[in-house]
Amino acid sequence: MNSVIELFNYDFFQKAFLAAVFASISCGVIGSYIVSRRIVFISGGITHASFGGIGLAFLVGFNPLLGAVLFAVLAALGIQFFTKVAEIREDSSIAIWWSLGMALGIIFIFLTPGYTPNPMSYLFGNILTVTISELWWMFILNVIIIAFFTLLFSKILFVAFDEEFARAAGLPVTLFNYITITLIALTVVLNIRVVGIILILSLLTIPQATANLFTNNFKKLLILSSVFAFTGTISGLFISYFLNIPSGAAIIFTLVIIFGLLRLFKFLRK
Amino acid sequence: MEPLIKIENLTVGYDNTPVLENVNLDIFEKDFIGVIGPNGGGKTTLLKAVLGLLKPSGGKITFRKDIAGKKKPIGYLPQVRHIDRKFPITVFDVVRSGFLMKQKELSSSDLKQKINRLLDETGISNIRHKAIGELSGGQMQRVFLCRALISEPKILILDEPDTFVDNRFEGELYNRLIQLNKEIAIILVSHDLGTISSYVKTIACVNGALHYHLSNNITQEQLDGYNCPIQIISHGDIPHTILKHHH
Repeated sequence: MNSVIELFNYDFFQKAFLAAVFASISCGVIGSYIVSRRIVFISGGITHASFGGIGLAFLVGFNPLLGAVLFAVLAALGIQFFTKVAEIREDSSIAIWWSLGMALGIIFIFLTPGYTPNPMSYLFGNILTVTISELWWMFILNVIIIAFFTLLFSKILFVAFDEEFARAAGLPVTLFNYITITLIALTVVLNIRVVGIILILSLLTIPQATANLFTNNFKKLLILSSVFAFTGTISGLFISYFLNIPSGAAIIFTLVIIFGLLRLFKFLRK
Repeated sequence: MEPLIKIENLTVGYDNTPVLENVNLDIFEKDFIGVIGPNGGGKTTLLKAVLGLLKPSGGKITFRKDIAGKKKPIGYLPQVRHIDRKFPITVFDVVRSGFLMKQKELSSSDLKQKINRLLDETGISNIRHKAIGELSGGQMQRVFLCRALISEPKILILDEPDTFVDNRFEGELYNRLIQLNKEIAIILVSHDLGTISSYVKTIACVNGALHYHLSNNITQEQLDGYNCPIQIISHGDIPHTILKHHH
């Protein structure tokens, strides 16, 4: 127990703790929205496509997170374009952007002259290396997400539940969809450092599945998902520290174990 | 009398393929129109055009002055098979979402009372905190009827409210509609001519174009003349055609 308290004296651990809090709130809320609307696969496509931007940033020499945002937004629009204008099936469009982004990322990193950066930290994340400026960006994103979901809660719920009905009632559904897809892209990119591109879908879906075991109320789902995301992230962080295994993978593993245990508990109680 | 909704030479469809062409229809106060026709004939397309969900490629839909504007006093009950039943939303919130159709704001406690009263009248106040995934087909239809009615519409549009429901609810629904029809206009899409013909005042047969029948005394000859094939599943075990097919 002492060693746990001692950990909080370390600068890197304090930052990791804050990152866990911010990641849990943003992923808990946005993930609930994604799961409820059944757009997990689109979110996966956007996430993976952002790797292309990270590669480009290394090659040209600018902030990798900026590159990631650029490619995430590009992929979100690209998927829409492929589906609506080029009339490609939606799941195929998603897969095309998903793999294209990853391929471009690898090519760009390979082409980067001199020291080749290790793509592993972006693919699998490392919460222990989060920087102060990244924490600030995560904090700002959290403020925006909380404000958006608090002020417009009912409207977000109604649009997500029945888009057509909301449209018939004159709500600006298209604008809503653009705002939410932007928030999804930002959430994904700013949380890449915590669990990485390949694993971020887990923070957007597993805590939500766990929360969904206990509630079918959208508001409670948002809150409970954030709580489960935080529990899993923090426990995973300790496990990774004491067992000396990569943090991203440890966090995902913990999230799944929590889900499994609670699902079993619910089954046995019946 | 000026119609509530005037549809003139309406052509509408998806991606440049018209489903309906040159449709004319006037909807007056206290109308009760049953819309029938084959699958893919354009019944739902007609409703969506009226709701503003599909932009006409030709012709126009005009609303009477007092109901025109961004938010129209229309209550809408969609086909429930298009509803995601796993969505985490409670019955209360579904009904609350119907209030989006209302121009006037209401304090949240007044709205809550109003919703609870409506749920009570519909006999579903006991399930108000349930998630929609836990409901039976009949309960779902009741919930969505409440959503359509909470805004106190002047026009009620129902798209196949008689699917997935038991006979008890069907009777209950039609009696409710007759009551409502004393005040408001109703447009009802159904695949079951046999049932609705005894309730509605007029029948519109939609199949690519609209064939409007002034009364509900629809006859074989009338349908023959309008070239409108309809398959009816009526009481009994075996679906059977009671009207002939035409091409």
